[in-house]
Amino acid sequence: MLSSVIVFPGSNCDRDMAVALEKFGFKNSMVWHNDTELPKTDLIVLPGGFSYGDYLRCGCIGSKSKIIEKVIEFANKGGLVLGICNGFQILVEAGLLPGTLLRNKYLRFICKDVYLKIKNNSNTFYSKFKKDIIKLHIAHNEGNYFVKNDELKKLQDKNQIAFEYCDINGEVSESSNPNGSINNIAGVFNDNQNVLGMMPHPERMIDKYLSGNDGSLFFNNIKHKLSI
Amino acid sequence: MKISIVVTLKKEVLDPQGKVIQQTLQNMGEKAVFNVRQGKYFELDLNENNYEKAKIMAEEICKKLLANLVIEDYKIMDNS
Repeated sequence: MLSSVIVFPGSNCDRDMAVALEKFGFKNSMVWHNDTELPKTDLIVLPGGFSYGDYLRCGCIGSKSKIIEKVIEFANKGGLVLGICNGFQILVEAGLLPGTLLRNKYLRFICKDVYLKIKNNSNTFYSKFKKDIIKLHIAHNEGNYFVKNDELKKLQDKNQIAFEYCDINGEVSESSNPNGSINNIAGVFNDNQNVLGMMPHPERMIDKYLSGNDGSLFFNNIKHKLSI
Repeated sequence: MKISIVVTLKKEVLDPQGKVIQQTLQNMGEKAVFNVRQGKYFELDLNENNYEKAKIMAEEICKKLLANLVIEDYKIMDNS
């Protein structure tokens, strides 16, 4: 299984992601944003961080990088693409995912563990999940997901909502919404469900002694699907 | 030629920074201000002396990069 992590100037979760992928059996390559060719790969990951210092809009300048044309080509052919945090912001700016990420509603950088309700386990990223509520870490200033109402309806109808912020019991409510995201949305899929953008960081939850193990479920599941 | 562009959040999008500025103005005694929207201002220097042509170029640039049309509107200012 081959993975590629795209590195932008200002990425800061790229190495954590590489460590996580390698722990779960991927042979990973780091790919510089200015490269024009992708290595052979089964999964592309756009990591968290602050690409280009969040200039203009978060993820905007990164989304115009040379390698992104190849990422779009790869995604359009059905390849698996995962964007975490700033990677999610880049995917929406690149037009691979609908909507956009606004500044957090209460104007604070949020850094904490959250519970997430998995909304759709009929795709590669979640198919073998035994749990439907997981705990992951978030750390962002612009995670307030926004789409227009007609677009939101389309996401719901096509099962494109990946997960929603909830409390420990799975209750999705205003009080479990950390950043003001519409309908508590924490992650979305594209139409074909091969591109996933999410604000939470699974790569930070891969060791039960250090943080938690729900990120391991996530990576194990992708590995399982790709190795069939 | 210089072209000026203002990018603002669309009306239906919440602007928490604008809201905080409005509340601060209220607290400072500016009671007449009941709404503030914050935006971005750009100045482009273009190798083009025809305003109409420059405006078309600027329009394309706004759509391609300067504004995220999901949440933002852009306005190209009149040449004056």
